[in-house]
Amino acid sequence: MSNSAYFGDFGGMFVPELLVPALKQLEQEFYKSQKDPAFQTEFYQLLNEFAGRPTPLTKTRNLVTNPNVKLYLKREDLLHGGAHKTNQVLGQALLTKRMGKKEVIAETGAGQHGVATALACSLLGLKCRVYMGAKDVERQQPNVFRMRLMGAEVIPVTAGSGTLKDAVNEAMRDWSANYQTAHYLLGTAAGPHPFPTIVREFQKMIGEEAKQQILKAEGRLPDAVIACVGGGSNAIGMFTDFIEEKDVKLIGVEPAGKGLDTDEHGAALCKGTKGILHGAYTYIMQNQDGQIEESYSVSAGLDYPAVGPQHAFLHETGRAQYVGISDTEALDAFQALAKHEGIIPALESSHALAYALKYAEAQTEETIIVVNLSGRGDKDLAHVHQVLSERGEL
Amino acid sequence: MRRYDAMFAHLSEKNQGAFVPFVTIGDPNKALSIDIIKSLIDGGADALELGIPFSDPIADGPVIQAANIRALEQNVNTQDCLEIIAEIRRYNSDIPIGLLLYSNLIFARGIAQFYQDAKAAGVDSILVADVPLHEAKPFRLNAMENDIAPIFIATPNACDDTLRECATRGRGYTYLLSRAGVTGTETTAQMPATDMITKLIEYHAAPPLLGFGISEPEHVKHAISSGAAGAISGSAVVKIIEKHLDDHKTMCFELKTFVERMKAATQK
Repeated sequence: MSNSAYFGDFGGMFVPELLVPALKQLEQEFYKSQKDPAFQTEFYQLLNEFAGRPTPLTKTRNLVTNPNVKLYLKREDLLHGGAHKTNQVLGQALLTKRMGKKEVIAETGAGQHGVATALACSLLGLKCRVYMGAKDVERQQPNVFRMRLMGAEVIPVTAGSGTLKDAVNEAMRDWSANYQTAHYLLGTAAGPHPFPTIVREFQKMIGEEAKQQILKAEGRLPDAVIACVGGGSNAIGMFTDFIEEKDVKLIGVEPAGKGLDTDEHGAALCKGTKGILHGAYTYIMQNQDGQIEESYSVSAGLDYPAVGPQHAFLHETGRAQYVGISDTEALDAFQALAKHEGIIPALESSHALAYALKYAEAQTEETIIVVNLSGRGDKDLAHVHQVLSERGEL
Repeated sequence: MRRYDAMFAHLSEKNQGAFVPFVTIGDPNKALSIDIIKSLIDGGADALELGIPFSDPIADGPVIQAANIRALEQNVNTQDCLEIIAEIRRYNSDIPIGLLLYSNLIFARGIAQFYQDAKAAGVDSILVADVPLHEAKPFRLNAMENDIAPIFIATPNACDDTLRECATRGRGYTYLLSRAGVTGTETTAQMPATDMITKLIEYHAAPPLLGFGISEPEHVKHAISSGAAGAISGSAVVKIIEKHLDDHKTMCFELKTFVERMKAATQK
């Protein structure tokens, strides 16, 4: 196996032997496609003409009160499908066709990756089935309907906790039986090699665009780039083009749920330990015996007990800093952006924004911050309405 | 590792193949699990394949997943499993005991520590379900250092190089897979391609035992007539446990009877 399977000690391909040939085929096709101008042209054509890239970089007008700070939002919420997920799904769907496979298996938590996969499969004529925890199917009915409208089969998973982690397990089981005809279109920069690399390469245009846009707007690089981290795909997409820019702080925001000192959070990097889950050696939430613990977050898209291996590496080397934002802080930021800027962000992205606002307040010198606004909040409206009603805040 | 060699030599004298049942340790609880495993031995099992329960068993189908959950609900942990194995080892000093588990359980205890503790408990082989050959080095080295046979899976989609590596690296026995997918009786084992067995023999692999989808004496018979050294049956065994959760006596009786029937099919 190539060394590129690892980020320092993290990553690897910890899967049953049966899946190794399928992963190696995927790795090979991916590297070939990266050097194939025809593939790149088709990918970028889809991104531009179908998905709506490039997305704008918006300077906030009213949200930040500290005069030293300029806060910019990378508007992945404006991408077709409503989140950054569409980027890499189009790339992997093209890879699926390249491998001569006609079916796609996917997992989804909140349903954003499922929706993105369904739309790409509909566009490219692939048969699609999406595993979704039974609990999430209940919580995210509009997304279930969206997937079904676009022709995907949604399969509720009742095993285990009935959430994202169990949907991943079930997708991997399906794949071990059907790898010859089906591609497993994993939804984040986690899992076994080559997925963390593929997803990064198919998401890195977020940071590349943001860098050009901020240089154009401000004539210099930002001081800090901030993104939320569940599995870590939007964050790695935003960070990648800035990793070599040592003066740019990279900050990943994990879901602190009800608090990092409680048992109810999803902060694998802030509070987890090293171990193996879903094919990769990384930071995970586990007990002393190595049993995986349930994660928790108000945001279904961040509710995952592991994190992509490259983030584990960036954390360990100190190149990126990872912090936690609680449910309450995220909900406050969600409302603040709606009220002051006319943008309703996804609850996931609200975590990144909440930390950016905290960070902004503390700056005493001129500071430029870029936040990846990874998705829009339409999907969260019912949930946030319920939470705010329960708190008597409406 | 010597226990596997002795078992195969002994079976060869009797012109028999091996029958190896699998259960998850601690399913449905610690005390009963010991009785269950003893029933398998009493029924004539040639070797045992035992799982340590894990929260996310991606290589297992619904029946064994449920066994994992039952055991975890009883708070069965790795230490409990090692103690149960030690008790089984005291019950029978000759039968080869194989462990089948997921890598994070080994990592959590520390790889070296885990293999030492497994050896002390009386384990003869370890198969790590989510560690393929090319990631196996630290596991394999610790296994060899502790005189535990590292088990690798020969899959129907493996290329020649992988089969050769599987043969070179594996000890004890080779876990032969005849079909894709996860454990379970929903999909019956296909008969192993004779050319796969021929290659394994040519590469001097440890004797191949056919697993996944073995639930009838007929499957055992076919596995052996196709050239496998025996067969492993997991989900079919666990289904018996599942069926008789309320009646332990019947459960143990049915398990023993099942093993007897499967074992009878190993005579060549």
